[in-house]
Amino acid sequence: MSQLTAPPKAGAPTGAMPNSYATGRLPRFVPLIVLAGSLVIMFAVFALFATADPSGGFNAAGAVFLAVVLYGAVIYFVARMIEGPRRAKDRLVTTLVTLAFVIALLPLVSLLSTVLLNGTARLDLTFFTNSMRNVVGEGGGALHAVTGTLFMTGAAAIISIPIGLLTSIYLVEYGRGRLAQAITFFVDVMTGIPSIVAGLFAYTLFVIIFGPGVRLGIAGAIALAVLMIPVVVRSSEEMLRLVPNELREAAFALGVPKWLVVLKVVLPTSIAGLTTGIMLSISRVIGETAPLLVAAGYTNNMNYDLFEGRMQSLPVFVYSSYVSQGTEAQAYLDRAWTGALTLILIVMALNLLARFIARAFSPKLSR
Amino acid sequence: MTASATTALIPAKQRPGDRIFSGSALVAGSLILAVLAAVAAFLILQSVPAVTTNPEDISILRGVNLAEYVWPLIFGTLWSATIALVLAVPVAIGIALFISHYAPRRLAQGLGYVIDLLAAVPSVVFGLWGGNVLAPAVQPFYSWLEQNAGWFPLFAGPASGTGRTILTASVVLAVMILPIITAICREVFLQTPVLHEEAALALGATRWEMIRMAVLPFGRAGIVSAAMLGLGRALGETMAVAMVLSASGGVTFNLISSSNPSTIAANIALSFPEAYGVNVNVLIATGLILFAITLLVNTIARIVVNRRKDFSGAN
Repeated sequence: MSQLTAPPKAGAPTGAMPNSYATGRLPRFVPLIVLAGSLVIMFAVFALFATADPSGGFNAAGAVFLAVVLYGAVIYFVARMIEGPRRAKDRLVTTLVTLAFVIALLPLVSLLSTVLLNGTARLDLTFFTNSMRNVVGEGGGALHAVTGTLFMTGAAAIISIPIGLLTSIYLVEYGRGRLAQAITFFVDVMTGIPSIVAGLFAYTLFVIIFGPGVRLGIAGAIALAVLMIPVVVRSSEEMLRLVPNELREAAFALGVPKWLVVLKVVLPTSIAGLTTGIMLSISRVIGETAPLLVAAGYTNNMNYDLFEGRMQSLPVFVYSSYVSQGTEAQAYLDRAWTGALTLILIVMALNLLARFIARAFSPKLSR
Repeated sequence: MTASATTALIPAKQRPGDRIFSGSALVAGSLILAVLAAVAAFLILQSVPAVTTNPEDISILRGVNLAEYVWPLIFGTLWSATIALVLAVPVAIGIALFISHYAPRRLAQGLGYVIDLLAAVPSVVFGLWGGNVLAPAVQPFYSWLEQNAGWFPLFAGPASGTGRTILTASVVLAVMILPIITAICREVFLQTPVLHEEAALALGATRWEMIRMAVLPFGRAGIVSAAMLGLGRALGETMAVAMVLSASGGVTFNLISSSNPSTIAANIALSFPEAYGVNVNVLIATGLILFAITLLVNTIARIVVNRRKDFSGAN
């Protein structure tokens, strides 16, 4: 593709000559001034309301919200008068788009701060060394839930990583024609399975084998695996496709059999991406509640056996503490919040680790 | 790989390693098809008793037949997911535009991570937050709506005293599907051919006009499919609804009153632990319906995505 060379950029005008690019446009500081002004006005108005009617209290969120609305209106009309309707519209959209981002931040900040604030109340040694066996009021912990989560997620990972990885290898290295198309399509379908349906599936599977009412750790693990496999396949497939064909062809030219090419060339090249994808998929299923509630049930006791009896998990622990608050509701709520905090910390740690692996070990393909 | 079909291919020597490896890859791939078939088959198999048993013998139905039991749930599922979608899509498009075209280039990736953080929060935590923080916080607002906008059927009231209405649940759902819609929209917006954008700007378009002329038409199919995938997520989301909504059943469009329809997924989660006998089969049958609905929505989304792949100028 031939491209015209860009003309050298003109430096910023330094002299007193009027800049033709800037005439008829608002100076850069105007939006800031308008924003500050509208904030001051709205806070003043709300402060007046608060002094007039002390029972209402000062509504900071309302003040900020109305200030942003005021800013949008003022900047639109100012720009319309000086810059014309087109630029005014542009400024309005800029305000709206930025506002959308801020709106999305509100629940995130609120959620994280609430979980941190309420979760630290019970973030102690007892929480991680005790189960809930024979605990009615305060005390007790989530050791049984943490071990249950580790067991079931671990089992789900053991089931789904080989299947997912081999499927992605099939799709990238071997699969041609109808079967590969069908698998690609149904992996997409599987991605969309609602988590509770996966739980129901695992439950029905074990009902057919063991009879009704069965709740097992392994059933929960299978439900999680159903949710995890498509994620592993998707991410691994993308990573394997990133491996340059030249590498494969070079190995073939040296007479290496195909399975060794996959094993010794393709997989090592993409190992960082594969690990990242797998860790992200684990972090996705570790927070799943509904399938475990249905398939593994809940219990207050320790259970180290995946194949025997109900098994508690951290998300279900949070849920059951919240739903069935006993006589001392605060103790149950505290445990729920601490469980939520633990869960978020685990998921965040997995996410950060995955991103770190992706950054640290990815092959330097292009410079 | 590049050899045409007409030239005689020299067959590669078949080594046992090759056969084992390709065989196991094939088995793994087929296993996925088998699992999906098994999901459908087992759910159907276990749903049969719910249809064949006399409705009067099923305690969970409380005297109505299966269709009458399921209909409010289907309605609640679709209604809450639709509200969530209506709330989430404009915001998600805004965020995606902000990250792809408005934020300073150096900040953009970091801001993307921040939105991805929302996706990393487990649904049960969203439920906890929605029930304990959001619902009490929006309750005064609902009372205000009832007093000042009560003439509008959606806000007819009487306003719920706890704030645990279908609107609150939908807001939580909207927050939960926001990251996935944003992520897809962002990808699509970033794929807009730079030449189109620069051409628009060179003709004197403002940034918004450039986005309206170059970015949005290019990304329309992507936005639609992102919304559909978000809808699929919202339809199947269980815990947030189960923990936030105080459901009383019945079909109503009222957003802020204390009588709300439940959703299929939340109903299963709430009723399943205590269910026994044929009740379990009824719940599984509702799960099958949910599966069918999400399957339909996701399939449409995929078809839209694939159509776009064929016709777009990208790649």
